Amino acid sequence: MIRWLVGLIGWSLAATSALAADPVTIGVGYLGIAGTRSTLSLVEQPAENDGVAGARLAIEDNNTTGKFTGQRFTLEERRIREGEDMVQAATALAEKNGFIIADLPADGLLKVADALRERGTLLFNAGAIDERLREADCRANVIHTAPTRAMLADALGQYLVWKKWSRWLLVVGSHDEDKLFADALRRTAARFGAKIVQERTFEDKGGARRTDSGVTQIQRQMPVFTQQAPAYDVLVAADESEVFGAYLPYRTWDPRPVAGSAGLVPRSWDASQDQWGAIQMQNRFIKLNSRRMTALDMQAWTAVRMIGEATSRTNSGDVKKVTDFIKGPDFSVAAFKGTRLTLRDWNLQLRQPILLVDGRMVVSVSPQEGFLHQVSELDTLGYDRPESKCKLK
Amino acid sequence: MLRMWRVGLLSGLALAAAPAHAFIAYVSNEKSNTVSVIDTDSWTVTKTIKVGQRPRGIDFTRDGKFVMVAVGDDDTIQVIDAKTQSVVDSLPSGPDPELFAQDAAGKILYVANENDNTVTVIDLEKRARLGDIQVGVEPEGMTISPDGKTLINTSETTNMAHFIDTSSRQIVANVLVDARPRFAEFKHDSSEVWVSSEIGGTVSVIDPKKHEVIGKVTFEIPGLRKEAIQPVGIGMTKDDKTAFVALGPANRVAVVDVASRKVTKYLLVGQRVWHMAFTPDEKYLLTTNGVSNDVSVIDVAAQKVIKTIQVGELPWGIAIAP
Repeated sequence: MIRWLVGLIGWSLAATSALAADPVTIGVGYLGIAGTRSTLSLVEQPAENDGVAGARLAIEDNNTTGKFTGQRFTLEERRIREGEDMVQAATALAEKNGFIIADLPADGLLKVADALRERGTLLFNAGAIDERLREADCRANVIHTAPTRAMLADALGQYLVWKKWSRWLLVVGSHDEDKLFADALRRTAARFGAKIVQERTFEDKGGARRTDSGVTQIQRQMPVFTQQAPAYDVLVAADESEVFGAYLPYRTWDPRPVAGSAGLVPRSWDASQDQWGAIQMQNRFIKLNSRRMTALDMQAWTAVRMIGEATSRTNSGDVKKVTDFIKGPDFSVAAFKGTRLTLRDWNLQLRQPILLVDGRMVVSVSPQEGFLHQVSELDTLGYDRPESKCKLK
Repeated sequence: MLRMWRVGLLSGLALAAAPAHAFIAYVSNEKSNTVSVIDTDSWTVTKTIKVGQRPRGIDFTRDGKFVMVAVGDDDTIQVIDAKTQSVVDSLPSGPDPELFAQDAAGKILYVANENDNTVTVIDLEKRARLGDIQVGVEPEGMTISPDGKTLINTSETTNMAHFIDTSSRQIVANVLVDARPRFAEFKHDSSEVWVSSEIGGTVSVIDPKKHEVIGKVTFEIPGLRKEAIQPVGIGMTKDDKTAFVALGPANRVAVVDVASRKVTKYLLVGQRVWHMAFTPDEKYLLTTNGVSNDVSVIDVAAQKVIKTIQVGELPWGIAIAP
């Protein structure tokens, strides 16, 4: 039967169009940092191939379509080790790949973007959620499939306000990115009328995330840390650094739900998301990668699918043509979120619904009902056009 | 799905066996794993049949004796005896069957299997799997041309309508349409195929000979955001003059003038309208409303919603007995 199928595919290619005889090859690079970060929960520990696994699935999906359009997609992965030159690695990757999916820290991404600008390589930021990459430091050759901190915070905030949990106890970690997330949460509270009744800082005093003594100390520390708080409805944790957030649920002094970096978490994607036809993609992902799909996998998948969508619509593998189409007014991509995703043309951020998940289920999806907008309700999440400081160049 | 109903209808008319008004509608309830049986005389649910997991695509066999329902999470198509109204058999589909179409004689069934990018070909009499046709990512919409020579399959992530020659079972053309194509419907005179794109928010009109998109139906509802307009099911009257398009979370069915491809009216139905079926006399059009758990009854001539019938949880597909 396999032979029959192969013959069939070959036949259909020949019949479809002349260009099918000699498929156009479209090279996609994946640039990331070697090694994985440590999380408090072992379950949340990212796999070695976090992100690139999503890109790989999208390459397969694109290639299934490519059989009919005469396009072939390849994926080249490059992981940067400590001490290696990021720009050099990116330039080498750009030799054969007109499109690069990047999972890099903000500074690294900007360096790479500027180095590849002349070459015309189109970058997709699948990893960095920093606001500044879409604001003061935005670049015309970088498209963002990762949501921003403000989008994530707004998505959570809309739900908490809808739920009438409007008094927040904000607990912030001591690292820079924790503070940035706290900034975003404060902005959200101000926008949507929630009140931060008190802020507390959880100092990172170092120490291992895994110990043989286990939870006995944590069980005593967390109630003490959260006692004597003013009346509040929900504890909102800003702990991107994975120092304390996951320790909070069920351990607060007052019986209150936890949200933010633990408890109810805003994410672009989750392994439990099965609405809007997502189950098919989750199944394809598990079959290909023998694990479940993360938000980073989805952000990379979406980036590669955007490329595939644009190459099939333009019937071209030309980077300039494809880039123009993606940035143009007619572009949209379907990504199992119940609505078409489009780009904010002022900063090249992908508009997207944000899931609110508890680690087992999708609890809700924002934007919430009633948060209205004159252009797209998705623009109630994050910085909107009038507030933007981005000047694309 | 509607196609199968239509041929069933023709044989029904030929025999002139059915009484004037009473028809039986079968509605698949995706969440409650049941099929609701509706009597179109009393507009009530007369029976609820337990079926497998996640029933969606549903239709009658050509002879009107059986109802086939795709139960995706059980990887099979179950067969309901229309007389006893109970499940009597199952068909060997591929993984996760969703929608299907059968040939004019009712001998061959073509099933879209969402999970493995194939269309499975089944011999209905022998209940045997004849083979698979490789198509795009997430095959869904299925329809056969009135002459039976061409099978159309739409693939949701590849965004194409695949034209398959039913005798050779090979793809002869692929037509790119807007994002997430979900349903395909031929005009009765075979001159056009209409394909709905759920995420693209349009219906593409394809010339089945030239294999080209020759027009598009677009939708605009004042006060409703564009993203909420998600076309899925399509129904066309026998005279090919009027088409009805279910618009999903827009909670409306668009009435489209087929010749000009313009919307003439939007009918407010239940929430998240998926699919639809005409009664054989074409007096009524029934739509399944996924989120509000009901079926809307549209008076076709008056173009008005006249009734709402509560069914199971998340109704999806609908077929009406010939």
